[in-house]
Amino acid sequence: MKPRRVLAIARKEYLQIRRDPRSLGMAIAMPMLLLVLFGYALTLDVDRVPVVIWDQSESPASRELISRFAGSRYFSLKGYVRNYREVERGIDSGRTLMALVVPRDFAGQVGSGRPAAVQLIVDGSDSNTATIAIGYAEGVVQTYSREITLRATQGLGGRPLNPPVEMRPRVWFNADMESKNYIIPGLIPVIMMVIAALLTSLTIAREWERGTMEQLISTPVKGPELIFGKLVPYFVIGMFDVLLAVLMGEFVFHVPLRGSLLLLFVMAAIFLVGALSMGMVISIVAKNQLLANQLAMILTFVPAFILSGLVYAISVMPWPIRLVTYLVPARYFVALLKGIYLKGVGLNVLAGEAALLLVFAAAMVALANFQFRKKLG
Amino acid sequence: MAAIRMAGLTKSFGDLRAIDGLTLDVEEGEIFALVGPDGAGKTTTMRLLAAILDPTSGDAWVAGHHIVKEAEAAKEDIGYMSQRFGLYTDLTVIENIEFYADIYGVPRRGRQEKINRLLAFSNLTPFKQRLAGNLSGGMKQKLGLACALIHTPKVLFLDEPTNGVDPSSRRDFWRILYQLLRERVTIFVSTAYLDEAERANRIGLMDHGKLLAVGTPEEVKRLMRGTILEIRTAEARRATAVLRATLPPGSVSLFGDRVHVVTEDVQGAGDRVREALAGSGIETSELRPIEPTLEDVFVSVLGSSAAATSRT
Repeated sequence: MKPRRVLAIARKEYLQIRRDPRSLGMAIAMPMLLLVLFGYALTLDVDRVPVVIWDQSESPASRELISRFAGSRYFSLKGYVRNYREVERGIDSGRTLMALVVPRDFAGQVGSGRPAAVQLIVDGSDSNTATIAIGYAEGVVQTYSREITLRATQGLGGRPLNPPVEMRPRVWFNADMESKNYIIPGLIPVIMMVIAALLTSLTIAREWERGTMEQLISTPVKGPELIFGKLVPYFVIGMFDVLLAVLMGEFVFHVPLRGSLLLLFVMAAIFLVGALSMGMVISIVAKNQLLANQLAMILTFVPAFILSGLVYAISVMPWPIRLVTYLVPARYFVALLKGIYLKGVGLNVLAGEAALLLVFAAAMVALANFQFRKKLG
Repeated sequence: MAAIRMAGLTKSFGDLRAIDGLTLDVEEGEIFALVGPDGAGKTTTMRLLAAILDPTSGDAWVAGHHIVKEAEAAKEDIGYMSQRFGLYTDLTVIENIEFYADIYGVPRRGRQEKINRLLAFSNLTPFKQRLAGNLSGGMKQKLGLACALIHTPKVLFLDEPTNGVDPSSRRDFWRILYQLLRERVTIFVSTAYLDEAERANRIGLMDHGKLLAVGTPEEVKRLMRGTILEIRTAEARRATAVLRATLPPGSVSLFGDRVHVVTEDVQGAGDRVREALAGSGIETSELRPIEPTLEDVFVSVLGSSAAATSRT
C-alpha cells in the first residue's frame, strides 16, 4: 500500500465533501438532532402520573391521604370525579392514567382502627408504566398507614412501634435513577452506527453510478488504498460527531462522566472504523446510491436501537434473540459507554467488550477489502 | 513485439457474444481505429484491453502484459479514457490532473513541468481552476486525455473520445493524437465516425463482436466491390425510394443530400438511374462515379441490413 495514493484518495474525498456543504451539514447536524430528539423523547422515567380522585368520604382523613398523592412528585392531580363513568371517560380520553377511589366509610374505618380499603383503577394498556405507577401508589398508601399506626400506638401510650423488616434500597451508579443518564451514553453508539454507515454507504456506489469508478479501476490503484483513503475523511467527521455528542452529554444533558475520556475516544475510534467499513461494504455490494442508503439505514438502525441493550435489557431477552445481539456491534459499544459513563470502570472490566469491538472493526475492514473488485460486471 | 495482441478474445454476457474471437496485432507507435455501429462490441473490446473486464475466453497482451494474469502491471503502462466522462465533475481541472498524477505515482521531480505541458498541449491552461463539470464537451475530453497521459503510458485506449464533440474540437483532439504518435505512444481508438477513422494508420471494421476487415484505410476501401455512383438531387429521399424499387437490393444508400449506388457496370447503371429518376420527375443536379469512402465500404461490407453510422 502506497501512502501517497491513500493520501491522494483522502484528499480527493475531502475536496468533494467540502464542495457539498449540504451533506457535510447533514453529517454534523443529524447526530445532534437525533441526540436531542431521543434524549428528550426516550425518557423511560415514570413521574407525574396523572390521577383523578373520587372522594366519597369527604372527610379530614380522606383529604389527608389525597394530599399525600398531591404532594408526591410521582403524581399529578388532575381533578375530582363523582362516578365511575367519569373515571372511564378520563382514562379513555387519556386525560388520566389512574383513579383513586376513597370509599364512603373510609374515615370511620380509619378512626375506629379497622382496616380501610381504597380502590385504585389503573389504565393497563401500557403495562410497564402501570406497574411502576401502582408501585408508587402503594408506597404512598403504606407510608400513610404506617403513620396512622404510629400515631395510634403513641396515643395509647405505647412505645413507638417499628416494622419488623424494613427494606432500604440503595441505587448505585445512577443514584437518582434518571433514565437520561443511561439513555445518552447508550444513544451515542446507536446514532454513530447509523451516521457512520450512512456516510460511507454512498461513497463507492456514487463512483460506480457517475462512471468515475471505471476510470479509477483502470489505474494501478490498489483496493485497500482506495478503501483506506476513503475512510480517512469520514473518520475525521465521525470523531468530530463523537466529540460533539460527548460535549452535549456534558453541557446539555448533564450526564456525569465518571470514567476515562481517553478510553471513551479510543473505543469510539475502533467502533467508527467498524461502522464506516460496514457502510463501505454495503456501498461496494449495492453499487447503487439509493439502495446502499436504504440498506445502511435498515441494517444499522433497527438492530442498534432494539438489540444493543439501550432500550431493552439484553439479560431479559429470550435466548435466541440474545444470541443475535452478539452480532450487533453497537451492543459492545453501548456496554462500554455505560460502563465508562455510569460506573467509571476501565479496561480491566470492559476488556471483553473492547476485544469484541476490535474483532468487529477488523472483520468489517477485511470484508470491505475482500468484496472490492477492480473489475466491471 | 506488438503493443497490443489479441488471440481469440471472446466475451459473452449471458447468451450474448459481445466479442467473438478477436485476433489482431496492433504495432507499437500506430493509431488503430476500431470502427463499427453502436452495439458492435467496441466498448467491450476497450474494457477487456484496459484490464477492467475479464474475457470469457481467449487471451490478450498489452505492452507485453497479459490482461488477466498481469492486469495490475498492464495498468501501469496504459492510459484509458472511458466513453462516459470518468473524471470528477466536482473537482477542478488541476485537481483532477494532480489526483491522477498521485494515483500513478508520477515522480515529484519534473511533475509540475509535465502538468504544465499537458495543460498547454490541451489548451486547458486558462481553465485550470474551473470545475470539470463546467467544461464544454470538447474540453472535458481533452482533460480526460491529459489525465490518461499523465504517467506517459505506452498504450492509450480511447473509447469514442470525440462522441458528441463539436467538429473544431475534434480536429484539435486529433492534432493532439498525432503529436503523441511522435512519442511512440500506441493509440487504440474506437469511433462511430467513419471520416475520423480515415485518419488512423489502420482500421478495423467491427460488427456483432467480429472484425470484418482490417487494414489501412486504402486497403479497406479496396475491399469495396464495384464503383460508386453519386447522385446529387434536391429530392434525395424520394430518389432513394425510386432507385431502391428498380436497382438490385442493397446497392442504394442515402447520405444526406446524396444518393450512392454501388455497381459493377457504371455505364449501364448510370442509364438506368437517369431513366428511373426522369420517369418519376426527379431532377438530378449531378451524377458521377466517385472514390468510395469508408461509409460506402461499411454499407457494402455490413450489407444492406445494417445501417451505416453516418455523421449526418
